[in-house]
Parts: sequence; C-alpha cells; structure tokens
Amino acid sequence: MKRSKSILLFLLLSLTIALSGCGGDTKGNKGDNKESGNGTPIEDDTTAESNKTPVYGGSVIVGIQNDLDSLDPHKAKSAGTREVLFNMFEGLVKPDKDGNLVPAVAKDVIISKDGKTLSFPLRENVKFHNGAFVTVDDVIYSIKRCAGLLETSDPEVKVERALSCITSVEEYKTEDGKLGVQIKLNEANNDVVGYLTCAIIPKGYDQMSTKPVGTGPFKFVSYTPLQNLVMEKNPDYYVEGLPYLDQVTFKVSANTDSAMMALLAGNIDVYPYLTAEQANQLKDTYNIKKGAMNLVQGLYLNNAVEPFNNKLVRQAMCYAIDRQMILDMVADGNGTIVGTPIFPQFKKYYAAELADQYAYNVQKAKDLLSEAGYPNGFSFTITVPSNYQFHVDTAQVIVELLKQVGIDTKIQLVEWETWVNDVYAGRNYQSTIVGLDANMTPSNVCFRYVSTDPKNFINYSNPKYDEIYAKAIVEIDDNKKIEYYKQLQQLLSEDAASVYIQDAANIVALNKKLAGYEFYPLYVQDMSLVHYVE
Amino acid sequence: MKWMKKILSLIITLFVVSLVTFFAFRVIPGDSAIAKLGLEASEEQIEALREQMGLNDNLLVQYGRFLSGAVQGDFGESTQYNVPVSSLIADRFPVTAWLAALSFLLIVVISLPLGILASKKENGIIDRGITLLTQTLMAIPSFFLGIIIMLVFGVILKWFAPGDYVKPSENFGQFLSYMIFPALAVSIPKIAMMVKFLKTSVLRELRLDYVRTAKSKGQTKNVILYRHVLKNALMPVITFLGMITAESLAGSIVVEQVFNLPGMGRLLVTAIFNRDYPVVQAAVLYIAAIVVLINFGVDVLYRKVDPRIA
Repeated sequence: MKRSKSILLFLLLSLTIALSGCGGDTKGNKGDNKESGNGTPIEDDTTAESNKTPVYGGSVIVGIQNDLDSLDPHKAKSAGTREVLFNMFEGLVKPDKDGNLVPAVAKDVIISKDGKTLSFPLRENVKFHNGAFVTVDDVIYSIKRCAGLLETSDPEVKVERALSCITSVEEYKTEDGKLGVQIKLNEANNDVVGYLTCAIIPKGYDQMSTKPVGTGPFKFVSYTPLQNLVMEKNPDYYVEGLPYLDQVTFKVSANTDSAMMALLAGNIDVYPYLTAEQANQLKDTYNIKKGAMNLVQGLYLNNAVEPFNNKLVRQAMCYAIDRQMILDMVADGNGTIVGTPIFPQFKKYYAAELADQYAYNVQKAKDLLSEAGYPNGFSFTITVPSNYQFHVDTAQVIVELLKQVGIDTKIQLVEWETWVNDVYAGRNYQSTIVGLDANMTPSNVCFRYVSTDPKNFINYSNPKYDEIYAKAIVEIDDNKKIEYYKQLQQLLSEDAASVYIQDAANIVALNKKLAGYEFYPLYVQDMSLVHYVE
Repeated sequence: MKWMKKILSLIITLFVVSLVTFFAFRVIPGDSAIAKLGLEASEEQIEALREQMGLNDNLLVQYGRFLSGAVQGDFGESTQYNVPVSSLIADRFPVTAWLAALSFLLIVVISLPLGILASKKENGIIDRGITLLTQTLMAIPSFFLGIIIMLVFGVILKWFAPGDYVKPSENFGQFLSYMIFPALAVSIPKIAMMVKFLKTSVLRELRLDYVRTAKSKGQTKNVILYRHVLKNALMPVITFLGMITAESLAGSIVVEQVFNLPGMGRLLVTAIFNRDYPVVQAAVLYIAAIVVLINFGVDVLYRKVDPRIA
C-alpha cells in the first residue's frame, strides 16, 4: 500500500523563493534609516530581459573567487565548488530555482505511508557524458558511496551524515515493469530526500577527480588548477531545449581586485558575490541582479564560556547590536535582517517574526548586563576568519556598537584553516563571526544546536530543544513539522543562542547580452538556463 | 674542491630548509585532512583520511618518507588536486620563469643607461628628474602598481585583456604580450632601485684614486667611465641583480595575484591556505634551491668581472 504523491506537491521543501519576492524583501528593509549616503542603492534591472527571445549557442565566462576543491562531486566540500559542479551532475532529484525538489535521474518519488521506504522509478533516457546509459547499478553505487555504505570506501568521500539512516538501497520493479531504486530507512525521515541530490556517477569509475563524468546539462572539457574549468553543452541532456550555451568557462580569480579589472575590461560575463560598492562601479556596463546569499551571518557566541554562558549576557548582546546599522555600514543597506539560524528562503519554516525579537535597545542591554552582574560591562574577543572581508567589516561595526553598553571588544583575525581548527573543531573561542549555509532541509541548520551534536560549536544546550528536534526529524506530517521547526527557532531566540545578524545580499553582474540567470535558495550557479538574447 | 664545497653547502641548505618547513607546518594550526574534508566531516571520516594520508605516523617517520621521496625527485601527490606535485610545479614554473626573464630584461635594459646617465650629470636637471622619479616609483607597492597598470593599459587603453591570461602552449605571442604588463609591475620598482644603486656606486668609484690617476694620464671622461669605473661599480650591482632574479624566480606572489597569473607564487599561497603540505614543501625547497643557485651564479660572475677574487 503505497501512496504516490508528486514530489512537487508533497515534499517538504517548497521554499518558494520567488525571485520577485526575494528582491522585494531586500529592498523593503533598506532606505529607511540610511543616512551614510555613500553610493546609490543597487537596483535590480531584470524586467526587460524576459521579453527577448533566447538564442542558442555562444559561450560565457563566469568568474569564481576560489579554486575548486575537487571535481568529484562526492568529495567537493565548499559551497563555491558545489555551485559549479551543479552544472555537470545531478542526483535522483535536484533543486529548482523555487526551492522545490524535482525528479532528475529519477522519474518520480514515491514515499511509503510509514515514511520508511522511498522508491524512485528511473528515467529511461538518461545518459552519462561518456555515452553510457544510467543503470540501476550506477544509482545504487552512487548513493551507497555518498552514504558510506560501500565495502571499500574512499576516505576522501564526504559521507553525508543525514544519509546514515539508510539501511538498504536495492533495485525494484514498478507495477508496469520499469526499473527503479528503492531505499529503506531505519526510521521515518522525509528530510532524506533533500540529500538525494547527491550526484549519480558511473559505477566504479575511478577518474572522477581528474575527468569527471555525470549526467548534468554540461559535460567536462578541461580543468587547470588555479585557472579555469571548461565545460560544454551535453547534447544528450534529457531536458528538451536545455542548455542554451555551447560552452561555459569558470575562471578562478586570484582576488576581487583582479576580478574587478577583468570585469571593467569586459572579460567576464557573469560574476556573483559583488559588494555593493563594486556593483555600483559596474552598473553602467553590466546588468546587476540581486538575490540572497542563503546563509545566516551571525555573531556566534560560545555558550560554554564566560561571560556567554549567562543567558542574560547573550540577550544583552542581541539588544546592543544594531543590525540595521551593520547592513548600512558594510553592505550599503543590502541584505535581510534575521533572528534565527534559518534563512528566509526556507519560507514556510522560517520564523520571520523573530527578526524583531531583539530590536536595538541600548537601555535594555545595559539593564540586562547589570542584572547579569556586569554593570560595567566586560571585555571579550571576536575571532574572525580574515579571508572574509565582509565578516571583518561587520566585526568592526560591532566593536563600536558594543562600546555604547560598556563592552570592550577585541577583534582577532585568524586564517581560515586556523579558524576551522581552533574555533569550529576545537571550540576554543569566545565569539566568532561567520556565515552558515545549508542545503534545503531545515534539519541541516538545526542539527548543530543539539547538545550532543559533534558540530555544535557554539555549545548550545537545552534538553527541550533536543527533544523537539528529535520529533521534528521523524515527523511526516508537514504542518506538524513546520510547527516543530518554528518551536526550535523560538527556543534559540529566547535563549539568545547567538546574535543572528543577516542573510547577506548576493549581487551578481551579468553581461547585458545575457538573460536567464536565476537565483536558487542555495548555492547554485545554474548555467543551463542562461542564454544570449537578440 | 671549491665546487664540492658549494654543492655541499647547497645540499645542507636544502636539508635545513626542508626540515624547518616540515616541522613549521606541523606546528601551525590546521590539518590537511580537515582542510580536505570540510566543516561537516565526522571524526571517523577525518581519522580515516588522516590514516590514509599517513598523518598519524610518527613525525620522524613522516619526514623520513618525505626525504627519501624528495631525494628521488618524488614529492608525492598534492592533497588538493590529486596530481603529482612535480607536474603542478612543472606547469607553473614556465609562467614564473618567463615573468622573471622579462622583468630581468626590462630592468637591465632600462636601469643601466639611466643609472649611468644620472651619474654622468650629477646634480644636473636630468639627474634630479631621475632621482625624483626613482624615489616615487620605489615607494609604490607592487600590488598598487599592478592595479594601476591594469587600469591604464587594460581598461582604459585596452592594450591587453586583464585576467585573460593565455597559456604559452596555446598562443605564445598572446602570452608574451600579456606577460609584458605584469613584468612591468615587477620591474618598475626594481628599476628605480637599480638606478639609484648604480648611480651611488659609480659616484663612489669616481672619487677613488685610480680615477684621478687615469685623469692625470689624460684619458677622456668616457674612457674612464666605461673602461675602468663601470667595471668596478658593477660589482655590487651584480649582487643586487642576483637578489632580484632570485626573488622573481621564487614567484612574484603579489603581482601573480593581481594579474591572475598561475605561477609559483600563487601555487604556494594557495597550497599554504589549503594545508597542501606536499606542495608547500616542494615549493619552499624550490625557492631555497633557486636562491642558493643564483648566489652561486653571482659568485661565478664576480670572479669573471674581478680577477682579484680567487
């Protein structure tokens, strides 16, 4: 007895991030108390392009800021790498621009009533870039590789923790005799589908790191470390009419200054993650599009050390930090203020009302500090990864803001790997500023606040939270699930687990002859939709 | 005998450098297994990868393994790119070598005549002009100079396409015409220094007794300058040129970043950032070897120019 529901309707993740809605949000909260006046606000000029007819062919150069860390999709670690590989690989399902999961290599998703069996009939016409058809064996191999279920595992593969609830992956036949793959879980968990975006690769193929083969709209041509990754159109792509472009080159820029020069000279067609200042410089020669980064930048407080082991102090910190000021100072007013670790593109899970929970209030902050036993404030250190200028700038604003409540703040800049080692893994810090992103499942954000979680680097601990989280994970009913996640956010907000600042704006420069660039609710540069217009 | 000594000192230098880099990178925070797996990896995964990478072995065992490989020219595999370190370096070296060669050429061709000109007319209008220019150019940091060059020649004049680096194997002419600009950024501050250096050196020589003797013998100014003075004045200049060459062969880290050149400097910086130990070790050794070899070359040149040095 199985109940089939189209994933589009059913699944969890309709984080409908309609582009218009998102642009509107960001515009909404700017301008009010914007007095610095440095630079005009960035406008999103995307309206005209949709009326023009798309042209097939052509090539584009996309600028990226960091070199790729692996070409093997199961070994890629950074968001910057995943957003590039998105164009070459697909899972059983893949996200679309509205945040829905749509079938990709699978034709459909069937979830059994008890939520413990997931069945995926496969599409029959999907070919790998090497010409071979995708078989059930390939799919089983790929999922097992991601879940760490292969007999001999490659330690470089990033085993997806969320897939650990998989007990078996097997071939199955649909009622009309077609082949598919069936995944059994040890407990009901529909979040798992969100992780089955993991790339399908040919079974046993051992040259993934040098000559990657996938099923995506583009296929691999060449990769030169520190320079570029070139991919070309996959003529066998199963989606009719996609992609438009013949060739895409992802070019690595050593730094933003050189990227800016290349942009000014017109040698890059697409460049994401611009600062407001840079976008202003480019707005005459490029189309500027604005979306969200899909991460939560926060001043994360180590809940286990003095003075942040005191809830009152953490609450005081939340009141003392004027987040609008931060947006104005570091991003020209762009960005969306948030009050939870879940970012707005999660739509139905996101508790928007919490953004105002701790409205800027110096007096309240002072009162809370007195109550906590720090009437004269205290001094502490913010450890900031130095490679993120954005976070460094934010830290500087925070230092000034906290001075007003008598808190003396020191900024300690550390190199990224040191941050990973000392702050994230070692938890040896007082506070830090980073942006935390997530895939499309809310559990991917909320897990790190579970008291026993190995990645709970802020040392948050609340038994009630743990209890609700455990329920949220196994809940199949969507409304209840939403309710649980809202409760979790409420708890984090009440406990002032950290100071959640914003979902930063992602400003993209686009060649004026190009159209079709879409923002996704996660890190993706989808080039299959991008095309030239007449 | 002399040669033996030189070679021995080269080997000892390289050994010490390898020892220091090896242990320095084990002391600083960061772990190549974590760097490779990212934030979300579990303890077990990290442990498994550490085991595979051999990071759990005794440090001396690890160093011994590295050393025995290095002696045979095998520096292992880059942990980030999964390709042999030697091939990574072989790909990067030509870029840096060409940049160094072009910069060297520019420095010699421009600074020698300018330096001589300035010393000939000491305190003249040309000398003053050159002094002012060199003082200014020396003070400009190379990253800023690089950006200015890109802005002027790339964006405004459009003489080259910033960021559009072409591999030498693809189109050599285009490669060279791109490389001229980073070479300018590398060489301009060095030219300024060289001119000042040469001028001071020539002027110092001009005040020495042998010049007076030559003058009293009735030799012309030019003969004195080109035959006698210049030869002596060149001694410190050769040392300086050697230093500059070693520096640019080691990879002009800043200029490579600014011009987006995939050279040795950028490889090293990226490798340090990713805790790609095999690459870092090989790159640092390479730099040490370059410095030692160039110093050796300078010594040889000394002997050619000045027979007094045995």
